[in-house]
Amino acid sequence: MYRSLTKQCNCAGRDLRDKQVKDLTKGTELTDMPVFRAEGLGKSYPGVRANDDVSFHVMPGEIHALLGENGAGKSTLVKMIYGLVRPDDGRMTLGGAAHVPSDPRAARAAGVAMVFQHFSLFDALTVAENIALGMENPPPRRELSARITKVSHDFGLPLNPARRIVTLSAGERQRVEIIRCLLQNPRLLIMDEPTSVLTPQEAELLFATLRKLAAQGTAILYISHKLDEIRSHCDRATILRHGRVVDSCDPRAHSARDLAAMMVGGQMRQIDRSGRQPGAVLLEVRALSQPAPNAEGTALKDIALTLRAGEILGIGGVAGNGQEELLAALSGEVRSAPGTVTLEGADLSATGPEPRRIAGLLAAPEDRLGHAAVPDFSLTENTLLTAGSRKSLVRGGLIDHKAARDYALAVIEGFDVRTPGPHVAARALSGGNLQKFVIGREVMQNPRVLVVNQPTWGVDAGAAAAVRQSLLDLARQGAGVIVISQDLDELLELSDRFCALNEGRLSPPVPTDGLTLDRIGLMLGGAHGMEEAHL
Amino acid sequence: MITLIPRQSASTGWQIATPVMAVLATMVTGGLLFALLGHDPVAAIRTIFWDPLFGPAASYSRPQLLIKAAPLILIASGLAIGFRAGIWNIGAEGQYIIGGLTGAAVALALYPLEAWWLFPLMVAAGLAGGWAWGMIPAMLRNWFGASEILVSLMLVYVAQRVAAWMAFGPMRNPQGMGFPGSRNLQQYPSAANPELIAGTGAHWGVVAAAAAVLATWFLMSRHIRGFHIRAAGTAPRAARFAGVRPQTLVAFCLGLSGALAGAAGLFEVAGPAGQVTDKLGVGYGFTAIIVAFLGRLHPVGILLAGLLLALTYIGGELAQMTMALPAATVQVFQGMLLFFLLGFDLLTRFQIRRRARA
Repeated sequence: MYRSLTKQCNCAGRDLRDKQVKDLTKGTELTDMPVFRAEGLGKSYPGVRANDDVSFHVMPGEIHALLGENGAGKSTLVKMIYGLVRPDDGRMTLGGAAHVPSDPRAARAAGVAMVFQHFSLFDALTVAENIALGMENPPPRRELSARITKVSHDFGLPLNPARRIVTLSAGERQRVEIIRCLLQNPRLLIMDEPTSVLTPQEAELLFATLRKLAAQGTAILYISHKLDEIRSHCDRATILRHGRVVDSCDPRAHSARDLAAMMVGGQMRQIDRSGRQPGAVLLEVRALSQPAPNAEGTALKDIALTLRAGEILGIGGVAGNGQEELLAALSGEVRSAPGTVTLEGADLSATGPEPRRIAGLLAAPEDRLGHAAVPDFSLTENTLLTAGSRKSLVRGGLIDHKAARDYALAVIEGFDVRTPGPHVAARALSGGNLQKFVIGREVMQNPRVLVVNQPTWGVDAGAAAAVRQSLLDLARQGAGVIVISQDLDELLELSDRFCALNEGRLSPPVPTDGLTLDRIGLMLGGAHGMEEAHL
Repeated sequence: MITLIPRQSASTGWQIATPVMAVLATMVTGGLLFALLGHDPVAAIRTIFWDPLFGPAASYSRPQLLIKAAPLILIASGLAIGFRAGIWNIGAEGQYIIGGLTGAAVALALYPLEAWWLFPLMVAAGLAGGWAWGMIPAMLRNWFGASEILVSLMLVYVAQRVAAWMAFGPMRNPQGMGFPGSRNLQQYPSAANPELIAGTGAHWGVVAAAAAVLATWFLMSRHIRGFHIRAAGTAPRAARFAGVRPQTLVAFCLGLSGALAGAAGLFEVAGPAGQVTDKLGVGYGFTAIIVAFLGRLHPVGILLAGLLLALTYIGGELAQMTMALPAATVQVFQGMLLFFLLGFDLLTRFQIRRRARA
């Protein structure tokens, strides 16, 4: 539902944009001189060529997308433009003059502004105070407040300068960052994955603002991997892969599938759902209730589900409705009342994670760094976290380091984890690569039942497809899979049956075939019971 | 302008270099301090760091090195395991005292029985005493969430009072003509912890310390429990996911470090100290914290750091005698060592870059 809403909104935004583009071309004459040009930019880190011979340019009034998988070199590139990183070779020009910023302050002085994915605001201070803190020579507070009000009004970003940051939503906080940038009258505005924290309505407001800004001649460099968004709002796209520019195109002229193919290099894998037969019941959860683990947690209320061999059960719902708690109760991190969790007839409710793994019940938590993997440990050591028993990496308490290394190599190979080797620390991997490693580590242990939470969250399209396919393959081989996810498209694509987790309650499952988004919307809204009547 | 840039992963080179730098900085600052006090700094440093090993009276002081290093290494080996897991036993001094008392209690109760199994029984009692004292903060943490840092530290002072009570009361030597202190265990052959090889200072505690270094190295690098301990220290949620129960880990780490400290206490009471007195605790339990960190919580590092800290003890005493330096010298040196180590530690996690002001 969430995704479909975004799509609808995007369509509306596109009409608006087309209209504005027409106004724009009628009104002002845009120069042919690019605002920003990069020629042959290169940057190396130990062991990685982050950027190699990157050349592109951004025209005035253009919303230019920088598109690429995680780890493709987008961040390094914009850090060079913003003066956070110095290029090893190549050159940049801004408004015709050489652009060699020694630090972000110099970049800002030259007319580059950037809105980061993570905000740097002081919660206890007001909007105006935060903006003043970021300025070289802040004007008197009253004058500044007036300017903030004017700019926010001009660009349709309602914001009260006297509000404290702590009272603002994520979208409003982003507005503070944007207004901070606009007060500098930037020639080039860089936006790093700005919509990842926004509701669809807030995202629409943002695009309207970017359009207005572009209409005044500001160049906008827009980083994202949301293809729909780029297709409906950006004028041109530069596509990066492995640190190089692989293509430059008009995103409106291509389908999302084409863009994704350019991004990953080669056709996107088609998801293959065939060849699965539901078999005997593997996992049974009955009357599972758990108190909330802490003040932020959610209590689980009377959860019941059955999972058959060869079946994928999708559990949808907005994060924070008991997803983490359900995974913990299934993985064994939290034990439950007798008879609540049984695997092939054996009651596992009172056992911890290790006996459950030996029995064949495996899990992959949502949080990759710090939960599914130890950030400071090498990939080899991280195999020991879950695969010690099933892969005989640990025998009689003794670690077989060679076997662990071999298993890490097998996972790296089998799941196309891009890393210099198994000795690399987990934290050094990009999100998508670490996720492939974490899922691969569980899948290659041939579990009877695998429970995954948000398996493709924050993962690029290529890695997401690989992870999904591996889950389908696992089910085809006769395992049962539970996918807990916020991504409804993912759940519809993968699962045979679907239930919604809402405020710690799990709805009865419904078959995915023929399930409409409206129906899912009702389920997620908490209107259970009606499904029972229908079935 | 100097800026600090976090490293992707801790630098191995710096991890080895910083303890050495800390020692050098301590020597320089210590020398400066001595110069301000009116002593020849070079002579003072030589008296503390060189003379105990190679000076004119070295044949007397050299055996002391192992005698002092053994308890430090034994205790620090246990502490380091807990520190790796993020479990902070600050009360090894108390576990050391209680271990000494329980071990001595076995010997005093059976006096004057002579049997080969008496000394092993005393060691077991020492281990058990230290373990039990360590389990108090462990249980209070597991049951009530009490901070093991505070509880273990406070129990040191309780243990000191218990030692005084024992020395003046139940364990007092009946033939001691009213003097406080127990019978001398060195004069009780079955209970004594003698020098094994003449002139080296090596007693059973030294053997135990060497064994502890080997055993903890094995545990931390080869055994899955050591892996879980390391995982729990850096990513507690991941350790839970792997199947570690935090409560079990707390009990294991505090129990183990307590037991090793207790054994160290027993070896001291039955050996170099010889008897139970109210001065049973001489600070080994606290100094061992410095040893553990100076040794980077690594068994081999702890071995070297233990020897170094033992040297400062002996050198400090030597400096007191020959140069009339104040008795606090040793503590000042040990404090500076930890201070500089923690300061230089910054370099293992951050890079220092000099950049021009824009």
